Amino acid sequence: MELISPGEYAKQKVQSVQDYVLLAARSVANLFRAPRYLADTMQQADMIGVGSLPIVLAACFFTGAALALNSATTLGRFGALTLIGQLVSIGIVRELGPVLAGLVVAGRNASGMASELGSMVVTEQIDAMRALGTDPTKKLVTPRVISTVIMMFFLTILGDFLGLIGGWVVSTIVMGLDSRQYWSNAWQALEYSDVFMGLTKPLVFGFIIATIGCYYGLSTKGGTQGVGRSTTEAVVAAMILIIAVDVFVTRLLMMILGS
Amino acid sequence: MSAPPTLVERSAVAERPPAREAVVFENVSIAFEENRVLNGISFQLPRGETKAIFGVAGSGKSTILKLAIGLIRPDSGRIYTLGEEVTALKEEELFELRRRVGIVFQESALFDSLTVRENVGFRLYEEGGTPDSEIEERIREVLRFVELEHTLDMFPAELSGGMRRRVAIARAIITRPEVLLYDSPTGGLDPVTSTTIVELIIKQRDVYKTSSLLVTHRLQDAFVMATHYFDQRENKMKLLPRGQRGEVPLSFLILRDGKPIFDGDAQELAHTRDEYIREYIS
Repeated sequence: MELISPGEYAKQKVQSVQDYVLLAARSVANLFRAPRYLADTMQQADMIGVGSLPIVLAACFFTGAALALNSATTLGRFGALTLIGQLVSIGIVRELGPVLAGLVVAGRNASGMASELGSMVVTEQIDAMRALGTDPTKKLVTPRVISTVIMMFFLTILGDFLGLIGGWVVSTIVMGLDSRQYWSNAWQALEYSDVFMGLTKPLVFGFIIATIGCYYGLSTKGGTQGVGRSTTEAVVAAMILIIAVDVFVTRLLMMILGS
Repeated sequence: MSAPPTLVERSAVAERPPAREAVVFENVSIAFEENRVLNGISFQLPRGETKAIFGVAGSGKSTILKLAIGLIRPDSGRIYTLGEEVTALKEEELFELRRRVGIVFQESALFDSLTVRENVGFRLYEEGGTPDSEIEERIREVLRFVELEHTLDMFPAELSGGMRRRVAIARAIITRPEVLLYDSPTGGLDPVTSTTIVELIIKQRDVYKTSSLLVTHRLQDAFVMATHYFDQRENKMKLLPRGQRGEVPLSFLILRDGKPIFDGDAQELAHTRDEYIREYIS
């Protein structure tokens, strides 16, 4: 591997951030410019949304169940086992649902986007598209961004629900709690700010997943080995960004919502 | 073109006002990292002419084609394609220009998730405004031109290398572009398939008078182009009579160390005294 100076390394990183920001901005600007690729957007929505549904549901269900199991130990010590529904509900809806759905969709789709677009780059299909007078950011990036943002929203709602069901299964079957009590606690614990926060995050995460996946795909260099590298980097970058951005979005929304 | 062009016809053409050039390179340089690929290259492609570009691997032949339509930007110099200054246009503006230019990539660059029909009709589907029935007709017409009408519903992965190149040619010519750029269209193909591709290029040159830049390693392809014409009546290329060989709108550009060392027609090439070129063409 070729060694480069720290100055050159820093320059490359700044250049990468600049290119990413430009791509992300163009993907949004394309929303207001024709042509709009509705069919491509629907196709991507199907691949991202329907394709990711089983794993998002499974991940959220088991996390909800595990959360109930873990919190039961602590709550039991204080004789507050009945509050398990409240804890699972707030934990899943505010935080775990969006983050888990984000991480699962990033693992599945940021890699898919990076490898698909990366393969198109190394086989000159992206150049061919540009040569044929079509803007790849309009045709390939914007549909992926729109569909990922929309699908993340709905996947999170379904994921949250499955997380609550996971908590309910553990609470009733393992802990022997009353089913009505669990759902009543879970429902009443939720405030507007919790739901708002829980449904704003997936929109941000969806945007990160799609733009990172497309950015790494379109900046692929070095043949099939480069495609593999882009795929790995896209998943790592998307996951790290989701976790890091989650902190800032949470803090920002807490300030806005006063919660 | 049903008969070989005569010298009389060529002189009559020469008396017309000079046509604007299809492509002009003015002192163009480009480097990839530390490697200077083109070093102040200048040449012109007159309208209706085919220019074959030669040079050893890595001499910047394919780079010239990508520069001509702004897929990459030079470090310095100016490039004009169809009268537009490519080097001064933004990416958005270049899309308009690129619609008037066709390009055949080295490895065909067909969209592997689309069928042959969707690949060939890609530009028409994207532009919109053309009824589907007309698009279908145009697709069939160009696929007939490259003799691949039966592959309409096949995917690129199901085609042989030669068939993929022909589909790429069909995709490039469907909008009847004013300039065609061929990047090693016969590279890696067997002699029979190569001849079929060269015949298609000659057909495009002689039937539609399209200006072309042809990048190739194969000198024999250029010599076939210099010595043959396309006979529309018999629908095949034929050898020009002995006295008229080289009397076709074809010129040669040979690159060495990022600079052109020869830019002229077949007769000038045959009579060059440059040792490197003589060795190259021998």
